[in-house]
Amino acid sequence: MKTKQAKKGTVRRVLTTMLGFYPVMMPLTIACIVISAVVSSIPSIFMQNVIAVMEENWRDGNWSAVSGRILRLVAILAVFYILSLIAGLAFNQLMAIITQGTLKKLRERMFGDMQRLPIKYFDTNNHGDIMSRYTNDIDTLRQMISQSFPQLLISTITVLTVFCIMIYYSVWLTLVVLAGVIAMLAVTKKVGGGSARFFFRQQKALGRVEGFVEEIMNGQKVVKVFCHEEASKADFDKLNDILFEESRRANRYANILGPILNNIGNILYVLVALTGGLLLLTEAPNLSLSGMALSISIAVPFLNMTKQFVGNINQVSNQVNSVVMGLAGANRIFELMDEQPEQDNGYVTLVNAREENGVITECPERTGMWAWRHPHQVDKTVTYTKLAGDVRLFDVDFEYEPDKPVLRDISLYAKPGQKVAFVGATGAGKTTITNLLNRFYDIADGKIRYDGININKIKKDDLRHSLGIVLQDTNLFTGTVMENIRYGKLDATDEECIAAAKLAGADDFITRLPEGYQTMLSGNGANLSQGQRQLLSIARAAVADPPVMILDEATSSIDTRTEAIVQRGMDALMTGRTVFVIAHRLSTVKNSNVIIVLDHGRIIERGSHEELLAQKGQYYQLYTGAFELE
Amino acid sequence: MMKELAKSIREYKKASIATPILVSFEVVLECIIPFVIALLVNEVKSGGDMRMLLRYGAILIVMAVLSLLFGALAGSTCATASCGLARNLRKDMFYAIQDYSFENIDKFLTSSLVTRMTTDVTNVQFAYMMLIRTAIRSPLMLVFAFVMAVVMGGRMAWIFLFVVPVLAIGLGLVIYKTMPLFRKVFKKYDNLNASIQENIKAMRVVKSFVREDYEQKKFNTAAEDVCADFTKAERILALNNPLMQFCVYAVMVFVLSFGSYTIISSRGLDLDVGQFSALLTYSFMMLSSLMMLSMVFVMITMAVESGKRIVEVLSEKSTLTNPANPVYEVADGSIVFDHVNFKYSPTAERMALSNIDLTIRSGETIGIIGGTGSSKSSLIQLISRLYDVTEGSVKVGGLDVRQYDLETLRNQVAVVLQKNILFSGTIKENLRWGNPDATDEEMAAACQMACADEFISGFPDGYDTYIEQGGANVSGGQKQRLCIARALLQKPKILILDDSTSAVDTKTDAKIRKAMRTYIPETTKIIIAQRTASVQDADRIIVMDGGTINAVGTHAQLMANNEIYREIYTSQNKAGDQDED
Repeated sequence: MKTKQAKKGTVRRVLTTMLGFYPVMMPLTIACIVISAVVSSIPSIFMQNVIAVMEENWRDGNWSAVSGRILRLVAILAVFYILSLIAGLAFNQLMAIITQGTLKKLRERMFGDMQRLPIKYFDTNNHGDIMSRYTNDIDTLRQMISQSFPQLLISTITVLTVFCIMIYYSVWLTLVVLAGVIAMLAVTKKVGGGSARFFFRQQKALGRVEGFVEEIMNGQKVVKVFCHEEASKADFDKLNDILFEESRRANRYANILGPILNNIGNILYVLVALTGGLLLLTEAPNLSLSGMALSISIAVPFLNMTKQFVGNINQVSNQVNSVVMGLAGANRIFELMDEQPEQDNGYVTLVNAREENGVITECPERTGMWAWRHPHQVDKTVTYTKLAGDVRLFDVDFEYEPDKPVLRDISLYAKPGQKVAFVGATGAGKTTITNLLNRFYDIADGKIRYDGININKIKKDDLRHSLGIVLQDTNLFTGTVMENIRYGKLDATDEECIAAAKLAGADDFITRLPEGYQTMLSGNGANLSQGQRQLLSIARAAVADPPVMILDEATSSIDTRTEAIVQRGMDALMTGRTVFVIAHRLSTVKNSNVIIVLDHGRIIERGSHEELLAQKGQYYQLYTGAFELE
Repeated sequence: MMKELAKSIREYKKASIATPILVSFEVVLECIIPFVIALLVNEVKSGGDMRMLLRYGAILIVMAVLSLLFGALAGSTCATASCGLARNLRKDMFYAIQDYSFENIDKFLTSSLVTRMTTDVTNVQFAYMMLIRTAIRSPLMLVFAFVMAVVMGGRMAWIFLFVVPVLAIGLGLVIYKTMPLFRKVFKKYDNLNASIQENIKAMRVVKSFVREDYEQKKFNTAAEDVCADFTKAERILALNNPLMQFCVYAVMVFVLSFGSYTIISSRGLDLDVGQFSALLTYSFMMLSSLMMLSMVFVMITMAVESGKRIVEVLSEKSTLTNPANPVYEVADGSIVFDHVNFKYSPTAERMALSNIDLTIRSGETIGIIGGTGSSKSSLIQLISRLYDVTEGSVKVGGLDVRQYDLETLRNQVAVVLQKNILFSGTIKENLRWGNPDATDEEMAAACQMACADEFISGFPDGYDTYIEQGGANVSGGQKQRLCIARALLQKPKILILDDSTSAVDTKTDAKIRKAMRTYIPETTKIIIAQRTASVQDADRIIVMDGGTINAVGTHAQLMANNEIYREIYTSQNKAGDQDED
């Protein structure tokens, strides 16, 4: 019951969304559809009239006596037809525009809403699953909007109109038709239900095959090395056979539905003809709204109406599957759009500033100097603090899931220009600390202050502007090398970008690329080596020029020579900034001001390289290779 | 292409042939029904008796039931035929890929192979269903309905000779105009989706640079573009329905006016009311079957691309095959490279390896070191014939590798690949890849040698611990040690470790090497490493540079004579993170 209500809600929401996008076009389209549907049901009336005239006159063989009446009827019919054609042409065109426009706006809105979701959403949801909302779900929605909605509307209206005309002529014959329709609906429910059930199982079987194939193809070389081909073929056959069985069942149900409905229609057609014949021959009294007696001129168009009726019921049953799928897709799209966006109650902002005689004042133009603008609610004053890069954590606790603490009692400070390194095994909480600094996640307890300001008071955008990050997995975007560097600062000139590349040590390889800085990158820089990608991401952070940097070292092995270049790039980036380094190799941490050793979310050791070595604790063990970092 | 795909029909040939035959019966019956009804109508009109009426009724119902039966049977055989084809296509592709050589594998992206085996096969399956059912049904219906219309309506039926071509040309034009547009827009659509994927993956970057609005703007521009093209194509396609309507209406107006004229002026001799009604039914049948046909055509055209992509996989022939009279015995673990030149593809300009001459004695421990791109991995992949040499030869146990049975050779030459992978399943299941019959004791012994036993026993489920896909629930170092254990279980004559201990700490690394020295002294061991520490106790170390052997010697010799080796050594030891033991 609950799901049904949810579905009803979804239909309404899809329609109101479309109406919101196209407040004029939508009603216009619906009007056109109604006109087109009603008009297309009317010919039966004219046919009845024309045949009635023929019935009366065919024995005379005098065409000229009746030509006027017949041609007038045909002419009026033609006018209706032209009206229907215009309406049909209009709604088909409008529907094409509305469908694509709605999909575009939905896509844009979904994408926009997605940009505003907290990182947590992306960490906890499968990326393939998010992606399928843009592909599969949008596609099924397209089917529903462009095909099913208009078809359902047309069919419903046609069925209603035809029904009215039918009882206008003969209630008895209408009852025969209704009985047939009930049979058709029952069959649709039974066969269609079976088909839906097996299609669902087919999708599941397909998912399993896909998963298996993906895993084996990923490790295809390993399969070869171990001569495991025959074994994997056998495994595959099992899954493939299940998929075959399920899909055969699903398609069988779907395939026989058409012929069954079609031929129930035929039988119905026969039954109507028989009943009509019987009624005519026995001259039974007719019951009708018009009060007309049953005649051939009624029976013949009635047969056509039966076809029309059955055809439309058939159409409706064809649309059932795509409506169900479309609604499921719409639900998932709305689900994404309804996710709680990232909250931001910060009011401290970052502004351009100027310092004269020790007093910091705000100014509109770029000065190269930045300050935090801190309005105070109590006394309505505004204070300015120079952006320096002083970061302090006080007794910070954090957990991703309730009762599973990841960080406990973390206190540390980094004065402007200092370098803090985090060391510890996987899962010790190194990366988590950086997630808290830029507020990808909010701390559970304790306080983090940036230049003396609680970071919860700082507007998130401004906080993130003041922090640079080089992540361990480099992500580059489709575009030129130059565009990728400029990502760090959108208004950077070419010269600034090149300067940043030089600082990062990336200029050397970029200039050797076929198109230099204009070389197109695609597929996350698939045409570059791992080291080159890292250099680009360093350059990207360099052009942003923030006072605080977070460097998450890459774990994947690159050769010593490239590693040295990357290291130099990182070192250049670090000078003059407050830096947090997450170390996966210990080579980078030696010259840090302080090294923090984490274990299960707690700081177990801290101090400089020399101090820690002298302690002969965990760090010493790591350093001497007695423990693995990863 | 069709021929290539048709090969996969095999056991479903019967169902594939039965379907069109059954469909034909169905169509014939369906076309005769209105004819009989016309007779019935006239019977009623001329005041025929009750018995006559019931007889017609019985005939008609039998025909409808038969038509239902044929239709349902056709639907069922069609499902068998098309799903069967899909099953065989998937199977053939999977089998073909299993027989690929490394060179073949390199040509395809994993994701593209997966799409080919799922989406593309589904498209072809659907098109095949259309082909043996609807594509037979529609033209048949068209012809039969026309024949019946001529039989019934005489001269009047000739109107269809005018209307049907008009509709056919109209539909043809629409298809002709929209197909290229759709092809273009689908490519753009793919790009749009690719950029969404990129955005999702890079969300941390987007957020840390505060680029949400920038991304939105970029996306909107692209979405706008796709939408404009889609709308253009869809609007042309939307002409189909009104065109169809126009034809139906034209026929109706014509039949009503000309039909009533004929009936009245001929006093019902040339045409009667029953025939008149049947004529209208046939006109509708003809036109809608034409409409179906145009849809089928579009579907099939769209599936052609998928078909091509499938055939690409099927027709890719493995570049490595077993020799005619293979040797099933590998004498020992000696290796000889004799004037070997190698490039990855015949069209590549640069040799990956050139002029390699090298002799390795059975049981020797060899270290290989060199920068990225120095072709260390290429060198060792020739030994187990993962690739074939371009010139020269590689001998194992005194025989050219191309003379061995592939499975024999690869069982004796175990390679732990650089990009190694564990599969979803328990640790035991993963280890059995090395030897399907390995006992628990053998597995434990191999894991002890690879220093994997300690952490495995630390797991609550021990050797039955379930490994997630790609080994996501074990650390990099643990994964590498499991991979080494897996290779050790093969009990090979030659064991090759391609940078297989990079994530293992130096102490454990040394322990593994020591264990191998102690427990499998007869096995030839080749170790590729980034760290000099991993190779310096080898019998000989090969320094690779730019696809050639730069030097061969012991650690001491190379330290004394080789520039590259010395440079690598000092860079690693000066940095201070490498501990010597």
